[in-house]
Amino acid sequence: MSPAPPDAEDLRERVRSFLADHDPSAMDRLEFLRARFDAGLAWVHYPPGLGGLGAPRALQPVVDEEFAAAGAPRNDPERNAIGLGMAAPTILAHGTEEQKKRFLRPLWTGEEIWCQLFSEPGAGSDLAALATRAVRDGGHWIVNGQKVWTSMAHEARWAILVARTDPDVPKHRGLTYFVCDMTAPGVEVRPLRQITGEAEFNEVFLTDVRIPDEHRLGAVGEGWRVATTTLMNERVAIGGNAAGREDGMIGVVARLWRERPELRTPGLHDALLRLWVEAEAARLTGERLRQQLAAGAPGPEGSAVKLAFARLNQEISGLELELLGEDGLRYDDWTMRRPTRVDFTRRSPGYRFLRAKGNSIEGGTSEILRNIIAERVLGLPGEIRVDKDVAWKDLPK
Amino acid sequence: MTNLLYSEIEDELRDGVRRALDDTCPWTDVLAGTEKDEPYDAAAWRAVAGRLGCAGLPVPEERGGAGASWRETAVVMEELGRAVAPVPFLSSAVLATAALLAAERSAGDAAGGDLLAELAEGEKIAVLAVPFSTAPGDQLGTTVGVEGGTLTGRVTSVADGMAADVLLVPAPGGLYAVDAADARRTPVTSLDMTRRLCDVALPSVPARRVAEGEAAARAALVTGAAMLASEQLGLAERCLEITVEHLKTRYQFGRPVGSYQGLKHRLADLWTSIAQARAVARYAAACVAVGDPDTDVAVALAQAHCSAVAVKAAEECVQMHGGIGFTWEHPAHLYLKRAKSAAIALGTPDRHRASLARLVDLPSA
Repeated sequence: MSPAPPDAEDLRERVRSFLADHDPSAMDRLEFLRARFDAGLAWVHYPPGLGGLGAPRALQPVVDEEFAAAGAPRNDPERNAIGLGMAAPTILAHGTEEQKKRFLRPLWTGEEIWCQLFSEPGAGSDLAALATRAVRDGGHWIVNGQKVWTSMAHEARWAILVARTDPDVPKHRGLTYFVCDMTAPGVEVRPLRQITGEAEFNEVFLTDVRIPDEHRLGAVGEGWRVATTTLMNERVAIGGNAAGREDGMIGVVARLWRERPELRTPGLHDALLRLWVEAEAARLTGERLRQQLAAGAPGPEGSAVKLAFARLNQEISGLELELLGEDGLRYDDWTMRRPTRVDFTRRSPGYRFLRAKGNSIEGGTSEILRNIIAERVLGLPGEIRVDKDVAWKDLPK
Repeated sequence: MTNLLYSEIEDELRDGVRRALDDTCPWTDVLAGTEKDEPYDAAAWRAVAGRLGCAGLPVPEERGGAGASWRETAVVMEELGRAVAPVPFLSSAVLATAALLAAERSAGDAAGGDLLAELAEGEKIAVLAVPFSTAPGDQLGTTVGVEGGTLTGRVTSVADGMAADVLLVPAPGGLYAVDAADARRTPVTSLDMTRRLCDVALPSVPARRVAEGEAAARAALVTGAAMLASEQLGLAERCLEITVEHLKTRYQFGRPVGSYQGLKHRLADLWTSIAQARAVARYAAACVAVGDPDTDVAVALAQAHCSAVAVKAAEECVQMHGGIGFTWEHPAHLYLKRAKSAAIALGTPDRHRASLARLVDLPSA
């Protein structure tokens, strides 16, 4: 019988004893992070030997707070959001022991950044229709195709990749999931400039890229099932952090309203109050969702939070520009920059207005989210599917 | 952060109230009741207020109540909204009870007299005699005069007034209790016949002052507005539920109508609004339960949001049922009439947004 998983007090004690042996101020940052991983204090809900202790996931903040209080170096999770949020849980669920040992530690410490090669120009909402081909060649796979909307591709060492290994069966059944070395010959990353002028994302061209069979994740033809694990974790990650009143974009406009009385009109006042109400309702909904998660009863409200967040950001940033009037005609900078994270508050109102247009497209369009809510939450009948029993190669493209 | 979830006790309370309402007032009875003379459903009232003890939830045990809080009362309101139950719960167990509790907090235990305990037990019904459209910030008692221990004047559109044993009348100087039998009450043909209005005339009627000033009546309106948000939530949830059921079983063009995106996406949006309504209604109930300093914001927010969600849910329910949704025989109109009346009751969304403008410092142009 295995011992009971540690509770909060056990975890605090473990961190304290770890810190007694590892002084963060006297150690190399990476050495410290690696040692923290090896002590099972990285992500405590992971199994022992893979950075965790098999503890309840809800206890992670206990450990993080202890390390933060001691001034320990962070693993900068924002820099490796795809790795931590999507690749790691997928590797944990479907990887071989060797793959877990090889990939998880440098992923968690941030030594190796990850990106996601899923979407294609011809496969967005209908991801399972993707066309990138992987053909077996002895102990390797030869991959050809084009991927798009890949954030961090220009910094990533590894990618999670879904490719078509059998075009003769219906689309969901002919896919296989791989780990792709982004430094391999034939991987070409090009910035994808967006409507804001900058390029957060990339296009990735794969030309005769050789992937060893040891880097296949899950069985051949099981790629859709493995990708579902990844996508489920994406939805969990989108829940967001606890926020206070007026923390978000509504706060920016509310402060502008208070500071610039000369801009006020009755119509904009009404619009602002309506959006304030909606933003506060959305914030409390997110708070309620977090309380449900903490109580161990996650609800489907995550989809509601994402839908509302997208629409609110778009309407609030649109209102901000109108409120500004003449100043709303100006933009801060069209230069093609390469930001590694989105920051709505540090750029100009015009940037906010444009960047918010992506909120209802990225991570599942609002239309797909409505389908999901209608079908999986409300139980309404699914869309009529004309492609279900047709071999992928015979689908109209 | 305030707890926005439901406790196990609240879940049990909900089950009990739902069963009682299923037994005593199915919608067919509610519909039939709208054309009868009785101003409310006495059997449902006895079950909820008396047998289940719901009327006394926020009243301390030593004053004859259950010693729970407005949080639990809000759960009862959700169930009453689901059933469009024609009982004077909002009027008596919320508005009148909150007024008496506030009076006792400021003036000491005697203020409510035996009445508070009688309301808590569902033995008597009292109503706050104000037009049902009154918002928490409105001037009160402007149509009633006080002279030598009597009240003279008129109050229009009083909800559940015909069901009342006692009227709590705001008038200059305070809140006065009047025996309803001494007042002249005229039934009003109401948009929502499941919560009927009446006009009240007070021709020099004997009155007893239960609270000084406006504070007690104002506290009652704030609490009432918070609880009404939960009723609106329950109503919206029920509208969504029956609409989803209908769309799964109704076939047109050889397909269930619920398979069309034109309808699915609207219901997904409605579900999203209802998820938000649940969060804001819970927040408002939690705030009034403890007298949180954020109560006024929470209540205005809840009313501004939940009023609109309930009306939208009822309107979608009518529209998505098609022809049958426009008939007297289908319950959709009961929800629509309740939802629209509730949106006007205790302040329209616009009035509550105007309050928010003041409360959160977003002044008008």
